[in-house]
Amino acid sequence: MKIATILLIAAAIAALAAGLVMPGWLTFMLTLALAKGLVVLGLLLLMRAGLVSFGQGLYYCLGAYCVGIAGDYLQTQNALLLMLLAVVACVALAAIIGLLLCRYRDIFFAMFSMAFSMILYGILVKSTAFGSTDGFNVKPPLLFGWTPGGESSPMMAYGLAVVAVTGVGIFVWNYLRSPMGYAGEAIRENEIRVEYLGVSVRKVIYIKYLLAAAMAGLGGAITALAAGHIDPEMAYWTTSGEFVFIALMGGTGHAAGPVLGSIIFELLRTYAFQISPYTWQMILGTALLAIILYLPKGVWSLVERITKRIAA
Amino acid sequence: MFRSFAKKSTLTGLILVSAAAQPILAADDYKLGLVTFLSGGAAGPFGIPAQNAAKLVLETLNAGQLPAPYNTTGINGRTIVPVFMDEAGGATKQASEYRNLVERQGVDAVVGYISSGDCLAVPAVAEQLKTLTVLFDCGTPRVFEENDFKYVFRTGPTATMDNVAAAHYINETVEGLKSVSGINQNYSFGHESWADFNGSLNQLKAGVDVTTEQFPKIYAGQYGAEISALMVNSANVIHSSFWGGDMEAFLLQGSARGLFEDQTALLTTGESAMYRLSDQIPEGTILGGRGPFGVFAPDTALNRWFREAYTSEFGTPPTYPAYKMVQGILGLKLATEKAALNVNGQPSTEDVVSAFEYLEYEGPGGKVSMNRGKGHQATMEMVYGRYALQDGKPAVTDVRHYAAACVTPPEGMTSVSWIEKGMPDAQCD
Repeated sequence: MKIATILLIAAAIAALAAGLVMPGWLTFMLTLALAKGLVVLGLLLLMRAGLVSFGQGLYYCLGAYCVGIAGDYLQTQNALLLMLLAVVACVALAAIIGLLLCRYRDIFFAMFSMAFSMILYGILVKSTAFGSTDGFNVKPPLLFGWTPGGESSPMMAYGLAVVAVTGVGIFVWNYLRSPMGYAGEAIRENEIRVEYLGVSVRKVIYIKYLLAAAMAGLGGAITALAAGHIDPEMAYWTTSGEFVFIALMGGTGHAAGPVLGSIIFELLRTYAFQISPYTWQMILGTALLAIILYLPKGVWSLVERITKRIAA
Repeated sequence: MFRSFAKKSTLTGLILVSAAAQPILAADDYKLGLVTFLSGGAAGPFGIPAQNAAKLVLETLNAGQLPAPYNTTGINGRTIVPVFMDEAGGATKQASEYRNLVERQGVDAVVGYISSGDCLAVPAVAEQLKTLTVLFDCGTPRVFEENDFKYVFRTGPTATMDNVAAAHYINETVEGLKSVSGINQNYSFGHESWADFNGSLNQLKAGVDVTTEQFPKIYAGQYGAEISALMVNSANVIHSSFWGGDMEAFLLQGSARGLFEDQTALLTTGESAMYRLSDQIPEGTILGGRGPFGVFAPDTALNRWFREAYTSEFGTPPTYPAYKMVQGILGLKLATEKAALNVNGQPSTEDVVSAFEYLEYEGPGGKVSMNRGKGHQATMEMVYGRYALQDGKPAVTDVRHYAAACVTPPEGMTSVSWIEKGMPDAQCD
């Protein structure tokens, strides 16, 4: 367990060092990918308990809007404060919605979660003060008044994203190995049995839902700080669908799956855009089909397969 | 262990891929990024016509065969190589793709963006990367009202100008104007269009009732309920900023139910459907082209060339997105060539920026003056007319022109507060 943590931190340091030599577009794209990876990490917790949320966009968008609105009203560019605010707001909302959602399973959970994110979308579209569908701009982040490489550099947000993903990644990795983590899979397999074992299913799911909301909010906050612009599209159901797409692509078997999945997704999409501007959707679709057919447990299963082969 | 190995090797791989992806170009080529919708609902009415126009003009420019004063080769003698990019995916995605265009593909400048959301998100990146960017189509006045940009220009008029001119037009031409109603899409452009139209009409003529305002979902395609509401709450004029398939569906469904029999439709983007729906648009419908474009364009050598070449190449006359694209490219060409007069060799981006500020030039739609937003935002005259069939061919009658100074807020004032204050300093004839 400790070795894994050390390795992850080493990887994070390597990623930060790589940031110094990477071209700007790659740094920026990886930042967005890591931010999405955070959301998908939360989704992974739910999916391992058998719950597919088509509404993580709700917290992704709420986190981003918290950063935008708080930045304006509090006149602050302090990245840590803004991210904290975003997470607190998301957990607070999830604490209320979660009470209702935790009673539902399967398609009902998926549809309900989607409905809530579409409510936020609807409200934001009507809010001309927040720019309706055009959204509004967010000031670049500072860390206690300081930013590496000047305000124009994407390094700041990248650094935040790497640190956040490392922290959350270590947490999720350990969580999945804890009794609470295993309880999720037990619930997916047989919920009634879990209840008879004396574990409160609702409590387990509720906590997972709160965690997922916090991670989605953090991802949204980082996206807002990195991109410098937010709009209600972040709460639209296609955004939530994208998270599910990434989760399927990366695989839910391991905490690294979502991060790997979102990096591959962003890379695939940007090169698809460049190579075939008219039919890029087809490339994405074909890639997902191929992954579902040949790697039903996601891209991460490939890594596991290689590890096993080397170990054997 | 393998996790870190995988992560590291992925990163190394990425760097190698990006290095390999750098394209090889002739040293004197001008690489121009062109971003328009190539997929989704805005591709058909806006993205593809704009892209077609870009292809046509770049080809002709590279051959040096455009009418004077544009009859020099390429941009300042450099052959233009277009890089097309889909505008789909939302503002964050577009900010990311903009970086890719500049940093990975190495474009010299970017002309593009139809969606107002993209036009708000992209300039911040353009400023960071110090890359000349021309917004050609998006409508929201907020771009230069809320920010000062150095490297970003918009060569098309804002949506405010459309709607203020529309209010003038119906105030002047509709006799006994007592009431208006509105049907606009439920998103920024729809809300802003209606607010600007209704606000300026209130200032021009007191006591005009609003019978109903409808905001159906964008791309809804079915307007049965809204048409019923418009029929029940009858008004002299129905204002709509619908575009593309939505406008066409609304026209077809409204005509079938007799909505336009005693109410006049005012379509701020109606010009773009004039030829495709020539049999369906009721005569007398008030059409706008978001500026002096398409059928409203002046009879100049440049416009005659553009209409003929475009029609023979693509089988249909160019609509306003095509005009605005040409206007954007020509502005970039002129500014670059103007800047080149004062320097040896190719001008720097900063030189082009100062040449572009407050530039005045003739596009296919007439005079473009970059005289708002500290020289970065264009104004043009606005034109409205009524649809009529002349010898069986679609045409416009009762055409009225509104000077830019009549429908545009003065420098430093936002459109919203300008309309609220009763449009001070407007110079109308």
